[in-house]
Amino acid sequence: MKEPFVRIIRRRSDTFRHKVLVRFIAIVLALIVNAFFIYFVTGLNPVDVYVVMFRGTFGNVMRFSWAIRDMVTLLGIGIALAPAFKMRFWNIGAEGQVLMGGLATALIMVYCGNSLPTPVLFLVMIVASVAAGGIWGFIPAFFKSKWRTNETLFTLMMNYVAISIVSALTNYMRGQASSLGKLNMGTQAGWLPKFLGQSYNINILIIGILTVLIYLYLKYSKQGYEIAVIGESENTALYAGINVTRVRIRTMIISGAICGLVGFLIVSGRDQTISTNTAGGNGFTAIIVAWLAKFNTFYMALISFLLIFLTKGAAEIASAYALNDFAADIITAVILFFILGSEFFINYKLIFRGKGGDR
Amino acid sequence: MGNAIELRNVTKTFGTIIANDDVTLTIREGEILSLLGENGSGKTTLMNMLSGIYFPDSGSIFVKGEQVEIRSPKDAYDLKIGMVHQHFKLIDVFTATENIALGTDKNSQGRFSLRSVKAKAREICERYGFDLNLDQKVYEMSVSQKQTLEIVKVLYRGADYLILDEPTAVLTPQEVEKLFAVIRNMKADGKSVVIITHKLKEVLEISDRVAIMRKGRFIGSVLTAEATEGSLTEMMVGEKVELNIARSTPSDVIKRIEVRNLSVINHEGLRVLTDINFDINGGEILGIAGISGNGQKELLESIAGLQRTISGTSIKYYPGENGEKELQLVGMNPRDIRNAGIHLAFVPEDRLGMGLVRSMGMDENMMLKTYDEGSSIITNRKLPREMAEQIKESLGVVTPSITTPVAQLSGGNVQKVLVGREISSDPTVIMTAYAVRGLDINTSYTIYRLLNEQKERGTAVVYVGEELDVLLELCDRILVLCGGRVSGIVDAREVTKEELGLLMTKYGGKEEG
Repeated sequence: MKEPFVRIIRRRSDTFRHKVLVRFIAIVLALIVNAFFIYFVTGLNPVDVYVVMFRGTFGNVMRFSWAIRDMVTLLGIGIALAPAFKMRFWNIGAEGQVLMGGLATALIMVYCGNSLPTPVLFLVMIVASVAAGGIWGFIPAFFKSKWRTNETLFTLMMNYVAISIVSALTNYMRGQASSLGKLNMGTQAGWLPKFLGQSYNINILIIGILTVLIYLYLKYSKQGYEIAVIGESENTALYAGINVTRVRIRTMIISGAICGLVGFLIVSGRDQTISTNTAGGNGFTAIIVAWLAKFNTFYMALISFLLIFLTKGAAEIASAYALNDFAADIITAVILFFILGSEFFINYKLIFRGKGGDR
Repeated sequence: MGNAIELRNVTKTFGTIIANDDVTLTIREGEILSLLGENGSGKTTLMNMLSGIYFPDSGSIFVKGEQVEIRSPKDAYDLKIGMVHQHFKLIDVFTATENIALGTDKNSQGRFSLRSVKAKAREICERYGFDLNLDQKVYEMSVSQKQTLEIVKVLYRGADYLILDEPTAVLTPQEVEKLFAVIRNMKADGKSVVIITHKLKEVLEISDRVAIMRKGRFIGSVLTAEATEGSLTEMMVGEKVELNIARSTPSDVIKRIEVRNLSVINHEGLRVLTDINFDINGGEILGIAGISGNGQKELLESIAGLQRTISGTSIKYYPGENGEKELQLVGMNPRDIRNAGIHLAFVPEDRLGMGLVRSMGMDENMMLKTYDEGSSIITNRKLPREMAEQIKESLGVVTPSITTPVAQLSGGNVQKVLVGREISSDPTVIMTAYAVRGLDINTSYTIYRLLNEQKERGTAVVYVGEELDVLLELCDRILVLCGGRVSGIVDAREVTKEELGLLMTKYGGKEEG
């Protein structure tokens, strides 16, 4: 019988070396394809463009520091989503959960900032933001357990509720001013203290710790085991005597609470203000981060870094060559395309005609 | 009779697994051919290469003497080959007619017309004696009706060569008779039918010729008239297997569980169990017979704490001789039952969807029911690992490693993992639902042996089964369910197969449809 030109076969095992090699080849190919685009469409020298792109993140210490700052924001939300996704609970409401945490922080900064002693103030801000995010996670889980509502739609819509609340309250807080501006500019009450020169270095530290903790939680704790079983099959969970409703609600509170904490870190450690853009779409990008990493928080760190590197690089290219944003976006899109596409070659292999002996 | 289809030196591999190794098989015009083999012997894979699901790595296929390439189900249909798969491929919300029409081309006038599809389908039904309501939606159909629809669908597409994958696995004895009648009609009409099966009785009853596969290889073919159950079994398993199940006389029989007035209403509001009364005793095997879907699942799940029962139900557990007070199980969930100190083992019907976690290895599956023991917030990994190694060793589980996801193991090995875990919990009661379904003979006997060992050490064993011969040889008592009621509890040593068959169709003691 005539062999088909190419067949697709699932790889039975994939070594670490293979994975690294496939991804490396993917990046090289992406750079080659991009080189054609850059040369023929923009007329620029591709190597120069790549250097500029690289400078977006690695240009100087400050830039690198900002990249890490943005990366941990994304990573923090990804970490928050991991338990929910591992339970196959489609929490796409991280944006809203972050906003609610940030809003709680901002309200306390404004209304208690000058009356509470600093340690108490921080404690209250943390508790309030964790609670606010936790409540935003609890509501959809509760409704799903009680009335079998669809959590995808529910969590999505909760984002818009949060955005509206933030919008209303920021308007209220700014009063006659044209914008809210930095909160407590004079006293800096409720601003995370500088650590190694920057407030947001505390964000980096806390999210670094969380990355390890959530990894351990999911992998080794009893609660993590329950989450994994429910994610695989609710029937198996019931058979094992796991209280599915309780675990579902508990996990969503944890997921929302971490989002709320990230909201606190953004407001207190990074922006020192609140707006509807505080989460900045990271709540959605983090979904990609969590799934690509298959809920492994360390992989999440790598993927967050890659995404931020591309974003920063694109912005740098656009400004350095006065290109419009779309050209820069195409360059990053090609790189992403090849990296995501390489997943296929990690899981499958192609066998071409006449090479069938190689089983 | 000429050769309709020939497979020559066909090989198919999946990764390192050789599913079919150099198979040469002939299907003749107008014959009923049984393709016989144990589970995992490569029967379905081989036929999937005829129906266009798989493509062979090497070898060739001839239809009516001409070499062909079958790249898709459409190619197969063009060659008049159609296959009915074990898992039906139907759209639930469509009617029978709409399912038949799906994927077919326009009619002779170049238009798509459901009416003409229906007319042609009706003609097929009448010609071969199919009992099918063409306007019924699939989700309203019984398994047997769905299968009928699948066969009509294949015939509608003009198939002259039909392949049926384990067609009787899901049918009642009466439905099997009906199916066989239809198959004979199709043969009379000149069609060739291939039946993939591992049920010897049916092979002998229906087929003209038997082709036997073993471990991916073609062993040989014999005329059914010249074959016996013994000779076929020998070809199938390669060695003579002791077909007797060792059954000891029960000793020290004590009451373990007392079920009284058990009634269950399911999610759809249908009454699936009505007023069930029986005892489960330590030291004996209680068989539960019945056509599948007559309340067996709900019965076991009620005892296991997974099914809500109607008020008035009583399920009492008797802890033992020490005069301890009996415990009411109604209202307890599996964890409550465990925490009450009751070692209740349960091998559910849905092994990977309920008894095990697909993506986890043997090790993590071992702790499914014990992970919450102890006060630490961290799971204990060492014990499950040791347990997994021990079960792998003692039951001969074939797996690359104890961390390999159990979903990647073969059906028999999955069941060994599940049964192994349940038995190692040192149970006083073990309930099994279709414990040998889909397993090869050797694994089935391993399961029978394990259950007998449990019985001998005083465990109360409940065995829900579908093969009457096994129930008669393995069990001490047999409870027969029909329409959600107990239609009889009989002594397995006294009762005959015919009597059991009668009880299985005797609704609530009265003869009903």
